[in-house]
Amino acid sequence: MPFNFKNANVGVRENRLGSITGFSGDLETLAHRSQCGSVKNRERCFSQSSSCLSGCALDQLISIRNVAVVYHAPAGCVALAQGEDVKFRQLAERINEKTNSVYVCTDLNENDTVFGAIEALRKATKYTYEKFHPEAIFLSSSCVSGVIGEDVDGLADELADEYDIPIIPIHCEGFKSRIWASGFDIADHAVLQGIVKPPEKKNNKIIFKNFFESARPKITELFKEIGAEPQFVYCNSTVEELSHLSEAQAMVCICGTLGTYLGNALEETYGVPYVRTINPNGITGFETWFRAIGKTIGKEAEVERYIEKQRAIYLPQIEEIKRELKGLRAVIGMGPGYTYEVSRVLQELGMEVVHGLAWHYDYKYDNGQIPPALEHLLKTSPKGLKLTVADQQNYEVMSVLNNHKPDIYFSRHPGSTVWAIKQGYAALFVADEYMIFGYEGTLNFAKSILDTIKNRSFEKSLAARIKLPYTKWWYEQETDKFLKPEGAR
Amino acid sequence: MAKILDQARYKCALAAMQTVQSIPGAIPVLHSGPGCASKLNDNNGTSGRFSPNIYPCTSISEKEVVFGGADKLRSTINNALKIIDADLFVVLSGCTGEIIGDDIQEVAEEFQDEEKPVIWAKTPGFKGNNYIGHDWILKSIFEQYVRKYKGEAPKEKGLVNLFAGVPQQDPYWLGNLRELERLLQSIGLKTNTIFGFGRGLENLQKIPTAEYTILVSPWAGLESAKYLEKEFNIPLLHYPTLPIGAAETTKFLRTVAEFTGADKKLTESVIQQNEAQFFYYLERYADTILESRIVSKRFTVVSEAQYVIAVTKFLVNDMGLFPQKLFVTDDTPEAFREDVTKETNTLNYDIKTKVEFTTDGFDLQNQIRKMDFGGSPLIIGSNWEKKLAHELKGHFVNISYPMIEKIVINSHVAGYSGGLYLLEDIYSAALSMLKI
Repeated sequence: MPFNFKNANVGVRENRLGSITGFSGDLETLAHRSQCGSVKNRERCFSQSSSCLSGCALDQLISIRNVAVVYHAPAGCVALAQGEDVKFRQLAERINEKTNSVYVCTDLNENDTVFGAIEALRKATKYTYEKFHPEAIFLSSSCVSGVIGEDVDGLADELADEYDIPIIPIHCEGFKSRIWASGFDIADHAVLQGIVKPPEKKNNKIIFKNFFESARPKITELFKEIGAEPQFVYCNSTVEELSHLSEAQAMVCICGTLGTYLGNALEETYGVPYVRTINPNGITGFETWFRAIGKTIGKEAEVERYIEKQRAIYLPQIEEIKRELKGLRAVIGMGPGYTYEVSRVLQELGMEVVHGLAWHYDYKYDNGQIPPALEHLLKTSPKGLKLTVADQQNYEVMSVLNNHKPDIYFSRHPGSTVWAIKQGYAALFVADEYMIFGYEGTLNFAKSILDTIKNRSFEKSLAARIKLPYTKWWYEQETDKFLKPEGAR
Repeated sequence: MAKILDQARYKCALAAMQTVQSIPGAIPVLHSGPGCASKLNDNNGTSGRFSPNIYPCTSISEKEVVFGGADKLRSTINNALKIIDADLFVVLSGCTGEIIGDDIQEVAEEFQDEEKPVIWAKTPGFKGNNYIGHDWILKSIFEQYVRKYKGEAPKEKGLVNLFAGVPQQDPYWLGNLRELERLLQSIGLKTNTIFGFGRGLENLQKIPTAEYTILVSPWAGLESAKYLEKEFNIPLLHYPTLPIGAAETTKFLRTVAEFTGADKKLTESVIQQNEAQFFYYLERYADTILESRIVSKRFTVVSEAQYVIAVTKFLVNDMGLFPQKLFVTDDTPEAFREDVTKETNTLNYDIKTKVEFTTDGFDLQNQIRKMDFGGSPLIIGSNWEKKLAHELKGHFVNISYPMIEKIVINSHVAGYSGGLYLLEDIYSAALSMLKI
């Protein structure tokens, strides 16, 4: 697919990759049918509140140090600012740095919806530039500024001549996509459009795309073993660092859903190899991933030496804990990347995945290929793994849990864990993207599963005393009751 | 005209979905984008029976933007009634639905014969913030639900409807409400509140039977409370100051007793007892307070109107401190600004201070940097002020939204005991810094 960075438009995943948010069946059927191109989305005639792509896009961009987002939106849209201010301040402190990235909002009101407010955006941008001295400014549209047709691109073009920093328009209308991961692509596109420069000379960096880099010290050490230096993006990166992304020797990503656009675009546009394997979760994941990196940069021998050392330390401990995990039944509800990844790791640990829920489904990534984690799972998983694609539709999750009555539920999205325990099921929040990273992560993950299952006090006490939000009637229905037939609008 | 909102200290009208969420049994049904609720749900304490994950939502997509979203809203309500075990469904509109002209009233009214009540309130984010949205939603509930119970039951002697801080926007909303209830009950009144544990639709139904309504709030919630006065003939005591500490709580109790005709003798004895207890504690901790060397006498408050007034009065009139310029950040409507300034300046020894209404966080923090605190500043405000206090080597207490690095489960700052809790926070902050 050719990437075009001349303007701010990037297709949402539904249009660009044919991704869907409604399916009920099993893994093989979905994968097989999507390979034949015959799978169509199933719309819902009932939905619950989920997430918005603007959160994914802006969270990525504001995590760059010393940038600004000027949000052309009503006040509510910028409600993510305070949490992110605290989060990224804390994350910068962890590496002894400071970040001054800010959100400024135009606080659109009713008059603005009638008369337009592009001048307010111009004023807010000037204010932001003068007060905060950011190294780049992203001008973001919202549902309101999108629907009333504010020309954010035009203003950004104009202001780019006026200011000595990149002024980059981004389109964050929340109604554009049910797939909030489309926001990751919007952020990547903005960085590629406005910040990344063509390469001058190659360096020894490996771009490491992740969310909140808790394993930064560990990965830095790991990469030293193979003579490479990680360039973490976007959290804690700088505009200057990002401008050289095209010069890196390779790119990897902790999550296939997160990395597809940047990885494929850098590879196709600037020849930066994108290492696409299953991710470094669990033993197979880590070894496959690390070997592929070694191969890409010609350090196979060093990788093998490292693997051998680590195996000796961790495999016996993991083998021991696996005995206790064997046969435990799990349900997973995550973004598609992690649903396949965590399914594989649980199966590796001897557990049974009875049902996977993925918040959307990409049958291909931006290179036109099937996601590696999905391809791998198709080969290794016992057949008939039940799969529901639902954009965090909690009523479907609760129905699945009620049907399977698993030993444990694995969540990854804020606000979703509590519902499993309200129904009395043990639940583990796989929040940190490095929770299952490598040998040590896998061992700690296994320990957390055991701890979660062995002390059931919290969920038992809570579930006994609360009233569930759904009717008895709903629990008697099929999970896909409100999914329309394929292709129906 | 759009303005510059830097360091937001409020959300949009749709965020007042949290007002609905705070009435047990009631659930918002959103005609909005898929992610509005999760974004607006940025405070702690929201995983109750109905969290945003449960809110039915039309998740407006491009299709609805082009063809209209009434059908999607219809099927969402229709199925919500089957799936969700709620007692009251409140349909709320977000920005997009309003701009494209979907009529939520028309759709919601199609469900008026359903077993469960379905009502509506227009809350597009561009029409106002969540302080105002809160008022609109309450008014809608009174108009469309409570009115059905008008005249159903006789007036109940001594029963008072009580409203205070905006649910969830004010981190102390429930603790304060319960404390105010306890205070009213202590002088022989009966209270009716609609928010929090043990309350619900029966309390909404009881509203018309109350003799009085008391609203403890500078301005938020006034329109709906006045509606009760006009439509249900329930006299309203609009009390702008949230009472914190001895002086203000005593004044509050006397005013309430006067207004409601509560037993004056009882009221005075309650006051005497509470004041004695309050000063029993203050006496014991007075040395700590007087001798913590690095707390100066001057403070500022950066907060919603409620806490600018309340904290200032407490620290000046009970604790002998001095206010520097104060900042009201809730976008108080013009009509109330003079009252808020006046109320804040009702202080002992004729102490006066400036009050600025602003949404420009950068500017107000710069002003604080230049203030003369005569020593370490004491800053009472939102999470945004934490960084500033740290920079100025000052003491900081997070009292209002946003509250990110602190959780409030059920404590309160209202009343006699609330004053003590606030002092705990202030002097804990001070004691955690260098003492000598």
